[in-house]
Amino acid sequence: MSRGLSALREFYVSPPILSHEYENGLVLVAEPMPWLESAAFTLLLPAGCIYDAPNRVGLANLTCEMVQRGCGQRDSRRFVEDLENLGADTSSSVSNTHTSFGGAMLADTLPEVLGIFADLVLRPHLPGEQLEEGKMVCVQEIRAIEDELAQRLMSGLRRRHYPAPYGRSAPGALAAIEQATMQDVQASFQNNYVPRGAILGVAGKIEWESLREHVGKIFADWKDRPQTAPPETPAGGGYEHLQQASQQTQIGMAFDSVPYADPDYFQARGAIGVLSDGMSSRLFTEVRENRGLCYTVYASMGSAHRRHGAVLCYAGTSTERAQETLDVMTAELIRLGQGVEQGELDRLKARLKSSLIMIQESSQARSGGVAAEWHHLNRVRTLAELGEHVDRLSCQSINAYLAEHPPADFTVVTLGEQPLEPPDGVS
Amino acid sequence: MEFREHILENGLEVIAECNPAAYSTAIAFFVKAGSRDENDANSGVSHFLEHMAFKGTPHRTAAEVNRELDEMGSHCNAFTSEEQTVYYATVLPDLQTRAVALLCDIMRPSLREDDFETEKKVIIEEIYKYDDQPPFGAHEKCMASHFGEHPLARNILGSVESVTALTPAAMREYFEQRYSPGGMVLAAAGNVDFEALVREAEKQCGQWRAFPTSRQTPPTPAHQSFDFLAHDKAAQQYTVQLSNGPAAEDEARYASRIMATIFGDDCGSRLYWEFVESGLAEYASCGAYEYQGAGLLMTFLCCAPQDTQENVRRLHDMQVAFSQTGVSQDELRRAVAKTSAHVVLQSERPGNRLFSLGSNWIQRRKYRTVKETVQAYQAVTKNDIEAMARRFPLAVNTTLSVGPLTELAGPA
Repeated sequence: MSRGLSALREFYVSPPILSHEYENGLVLVAEPMPWLESAAFTLLLPAGCIYDAPNRVGLANLTCEMVQRGCGQRDSRRFVEDLENLGADTSSSVSNTHTSFGGAMLADTLPEVLGIFADLVLRPHLPGEQLEEGKMVCVQEIRAIEDELAQRLMSGLRRRHYPAPYGRSAPGALAAIEQATMQDVQASFQNNYVPRGAILGVAGKIEWESLREHVGKIFADWKDRPQTAPPETPAGGGYEHLQQASQQTQIGMAFDSVPYADPDYFQARGAIGVLSDGMSSRLFTEVRENRGLCYTVYASMGSAHRRHGAVLCYAGTSTERAQETLDVMTAELIRLGQGVEQGELDRLKARLKSSLIMIQESSQARSGGVAAEWHHLNRVRTLAELGEHVDRLSCQSINAYLAEHPPADFTVVTLGEQPLEPPDGVS
Repeated sequence: MEFREHILENGLEVIAECNPAAYSTAIAFFVKAGSRDENDANSGVSHFLEHMAFKGTPHRTAAEVNRELDEMGSHCNAFTSEEQTVYYATVLPDLQTRAVALLCDIMRPSLREDDFETEKKVIIEEIYKYDDQPPFGAHEKCMASHFGEHPLARNILGSVESVTALTPAAMREYFEQRYSPGGMVLAAAGNVDFEALVREAEKQCGQWRAFPTSRQTPPTPAHQSFDFLAHDKAAQQYTVQLSNGPAAEDEARYASRIMATIFGDDCGSRLYWEFVESGLAEYASCGAYEYQGAGLLMTFLCCAPQDTQENVRRLHDMQVAFSQTGVSQDELRRAVAKTSAHVVLQSERPGNRLFSLGSNWIQRRKYRTVKETVQAYQAVTKNDIEAMARRFPLAVNTTLSVGPLTELAGPA
């Protein structure tokens, strides 16, 4: 590096992160980025698929589809057309914990776009006559995943590794969608589209006072309603092979780690960074560069919920080289437990710091970032604070963490022509 | 925001859009080399060469290249298309010179035998990965049918056989035909120190030997055919249609993109309301793509096998109606609004802006500000779209459908 890492701090403008909790429980959290022309929002609703009944997994996804079929004064066509006229690039998705709606736009149209989404949350039509179309959209999504082998593998890995229901996949099962009724959708909406636990993250060229007032006004009619937490059952772990005729075998490995809010999170993240971030990381070097075993290999930190952290690893390789790939990945995970080196950590710090600085160029990334941080921590750290966490990482601190928490007790899932010999130490 | 350009004596062009307020500096080499410049014997070489650029130079081993990219905290990657190979890195501004030096160095790779053989395995894994993935080769096979003997018919990755047969000598021969400084552009966007950029380019690339390069750009007559390919491993049916559209040099490309947005954007378009919102298909879209001397409109439909026959018929009827009845002022206004907003939002990050800047230059030797691009879209009229729909009728196309179906008839 041509500069000391701490000197990089001057690159952060680090405006204060502003937050406000409304009476109904909705939290607005915002990062002004006055140097941009754009603004973006991320609305997280506590309506993830973990709240679906066991025989209705997929209902949150269907509800997310149905609320977009008209709201307030708009039918479904008008809803899409108004957003297009405002030049808003919007999206929706359902994860384990949340249903989220988001969008990026030129800053001056943000208030109007938020107004449309307030209608969606408060006044959706949920038109019964469109239920069949809504179900067909969800069925298409489930069918499409059949052909996405890597996605199927990782769903299988999460299902096996996380305690239920935190390992679920939102699209769910065909039967659940087919059996779902309009009453199910209405109940899902009533129970889970609630303000307490909802987070609206906003970033970009915004003016805080007027934004806070506007959001308060448009969501004022949203009534606080109690939400029931789902019961939890232990994870399965172990090894599972999913039979599939294919050229490549997909390999997934998982092991427990700490969740995002844990004081040790940055130590765990540092270790996984050395393993997988960048082209000089251990997995890329040993699996791809030195042996040419695969095109894609990675490990990443996952948090299925505030309580459960895990590391999820992936590689896809041709069937006859799959066992060697699994063995090399396993060896690298075990070796990680023995510690990281200074050169590796220096490179990782450079990458993390550079990402933290460059994220200031994207209102969309920041709106998602501040909303997610609030979900995990009930507060949001500035980029400068995150930079200080990175600064404080040392080989000593990471290695002390690894000595306490060496990668072990793996859950392994493979998908392809043949099962593999799982490593010792499968949970 | 200031545009700067400079040409080295050997023909290498250096261009930049400088924005002193940006947090990052994005730098890339755009090379006029892609699958259209290949032949049967070296099919896949452009893409393989892109990988080999990272496998070491006379000054650095492969591991050193990777380590240095990470030491800079760079976001670096590369891609190969039918007519370009692009190597790019985004770094913090004070690392500009170091990043430029490294990118310049890897533009003259060693192509060492052992690295070549290891990387060949990675490429073959990449081919297998795409074989297993939707749309299961439908796009490449449709390009092959549509373009026939035209160079754009060629597959970017090549085949397992053609890649296996490649040698370092064949790759070097190709390199010496394509990677002439005159066929490359060094482009930068964001917080760029242009004087330093030119200085480093002179230092690192000034001694590169210039040699003539050429590219075949034969005409592309309209082609019409309807085929399907049974693929029993797939659950869904994937249908690709290609019809001709304006080429990269044709100013009508703005109208063509707006037309594709109205007809087939992935949200709010005619295809969206007909197929996606109704649940008749998982995905239905149409987009415009431009190449040197050729252009395409590509329609993509993914749906359940049993619905495909009816959906293909419906799609054909919509295409015919589109050419005959034109578009409404309302549709035009929405398409222009969303396209303009998209252009502005995309350009906020230097790492994104770089691609419009470099592609514009390598395809047309033109610089266009974000504002000028938006104005070009805003100038598109209903008449332009209707003329476009008549000039390039979507219903005249090459169709290829891949999936479980063992029977599928073209629209009557």
